[in-house]
Amino acid sequence: MTMTGQSIRDMLGRRMIELRPSVEVRAGSALPENDVVEDPVIRISDLNLWYGKKQALGGVSLSIPRKKVTALIGPSGCGKSTLLRCMNRMNDLIPNVRVQGSVEIEGANIYASTIDPVEVRRVVGMVFQKPNPFPKSIYENVAFGARINGYKGDMDELVEQALRQAALWDEVKDDLKKSGLALSGGQQQRLCIARAIAVNPDVVLMDEPCSALDPIATQRIEDLMRELAERYTIVIVTHNLQQAARVSDRTAFMLAADDLVGRLVEYGATDQLFTNPKDERTEAYITGRFG
Amino acid sequence: MSMQTPATQSMFQPNQMMRRVMGGAFVGVGVISILISLGMLVYLVLDVAMRGLPWIDWQFLTSFDSRFAERAGILAAIAGTAFMMTMTIAVSLPIGVMAAIYLQEYAKESWLKSFIQINISNLAGVPSIIYGLLGLTIFVRYMMMGRSVLAGALTMALLVLPVIVVATQEALRAVPSSIRDASLALGATRSQTIWHHVLPQAFPGILTGNILAASRAIGETAPLVTIGALTYVPFTPESPLDRFTVLPIQIFNWTSKPQAEFHDLAAAGIVVLLLVLLTMNSIAILLRQRVGGTSRRRIG
Ligand SMILES: Nc1ncnc2c1ncn2[C@@H]1O[C@H](COP(=O)(O)OP(=O)(O)O)[C@@H](O)[C@H]1O
Ligand SMILES: [Mg+2]
Repeated sequence: MTMTGQSIRDMLGRRMIELRPSVEVRAGSALPENDVVEDPVIRISDLNLWYGKKQALGGVSLSIPRKKVTALIGPSGCGKSTLLRCMNRMNDLIPNVRVQGSVEIEGANIYASTIDPVEVRRVVGMVFQKPNPFPKSIYENVAFGARINGYKGDMDELVEQALRQAALWDEVKDDLKKSGLALSGGQQQRLCIARAIAVNPDVVLMDEPCSALDPIATQRIEDLMRELAERYTIVIVTHNLQQAARVSDRTAFMLAADDLVGRLVEYGATDQLFTNPKDERTEAYITGRFG
Repeated sequence: MSMQTPATQSMFQPNQMMRRVMGGAFVGVGVISILISLGMLVYLVLDVAMRGLPWIDWQFLTSFDSRFAERAGILAAIAGTAFMMTMTIAVSLPIGVMAAIYLQEYAKESWLKSFIQINISNLAGVPSIIYGLLGLTIFVRYMMMGRSVLAGALTMALLVLPVIVVATQEALRAVPSSIRDASLALGATRSQTIWHHVLPQAFPGILTGNILAASRAIGETAPLVTIGALTYVPFTPESPLDRFTVLPIQIFNWTSKPQAEFHDLAAAGIVVLLLVLLTMNSIAILLRQRVGGTSRRRIG
């Protein structure tokens, strides 16, 4: 089960050695981080992104800690989703996107020309805002990623494992042939989580995973995130401040200034940021004075 | 919430009477238009059926053409149409679908893509006789296929290709991008995503487009007249290089004869052609409805 993921990680690691010079050149230009993350899985340095002529991210630098939940918060349009999609190169699918700066995963810059985005996405999974199961059986939904990534182990076992980890197994174990679309919204989202973790990623990105769900389904996903953080590094975008406060270990607050370029305003331990923000814009946002 | 509008109640003085009259007149014109078009159609079909149906029997379906109306049949035309259409689809479906996949899923936005896209749509509107001239020049003369089934099939393939490309692109566009995202985010390549998720979902739509394209080709006469398909064929084509006729040409042939019996024979041929077309279009509609049904269930 770890073979596929492991070998890709080795590959990304090897590439990092080839790329090290360029990584070090960039290191100096990064904005100072608000505090230091030790042994980060993802290190973003001085990231700028343009949609065509319009700049959406400006000079974003932050490091994502291992096996923790990191939340990205900020008013809508400040670039949270954009930043998240930089971490698995999903932005490559949008025409006319230009990225400058580096996003290192386990030390390898995933925007280096030698890196294939397809490899990156095996290691960094993603759960989307609206549940999007394939119109296939529950079993096939979970098995698909492993199958295309050449998984050679016991598929039934892998499917069960992933569904158990996503806290969905007990609800679907008797009917794995049922269409994924026949599940409720909350179950569909947990199926999408199971699907993402079935390829044994290092990181799972979640873009407002609860925004289409009712409070009870939301609660279950939040509990699940805490459990998953024991095995995976989780980055979640949320517009719900209470949710960020409840589930995350660290929080990044982003804001788009008048020029509409999204920037990182403050980044730190979640309790620190919510109880004792350093930046007055952060304080204004978390106390609901704008946004 | 506290929006102030300057209007007061007295400023609204709708002319209810006038509005009702206009509304009624509009509906009336619509109903009359429908009656005219539908009436013409019903008259045509009834006329053809009344004259043609008595002639349709086993003998008619299994005989070749003849100088005597009682002995004439439509076998050569049915065989020619079937043979030609099989080859047409065999050529145009793979090429058309692959071209659509490339345009829709791979090609980056550029002036060249827009140019190609616009011209494919234009090609779908080119008069069919132009395709006949093209087929005559390229397939019949230059490639020396003669006035064969193969030349006819390739000409028809050119004719339906743009329709197939456009219909397939529409079917691909209808597959929600969230499915592509989901697949790509799992580390699937673009081709794996297309093969495992996009094509299966677009399949009924692609099939519908191809059936409609084929039913257009079955009724086409002009291009085949141009490349010189025969009007009198006392045999069924056995090889792609044999000469042939098709249903509409056979019908055209009978209508141009002086004897009234042959005109009724033509009506019989039209009934056969209509039945074929109706069957194909019904299959297309059924497929389309099944797709609509599943997507509705998907949302609910
Ligand atoms: N595909 C796109 N093409 C062009 N502009 C985009 C696209 N996606 C997002 N943007 C723009 O980038 C900015 C940030 O968007 P986004 O990352 O979605 O913000 P958030 O997730 O914080 O609401 C917005 O101004 C938005 O209009
Ligand atoms: Mg967003």
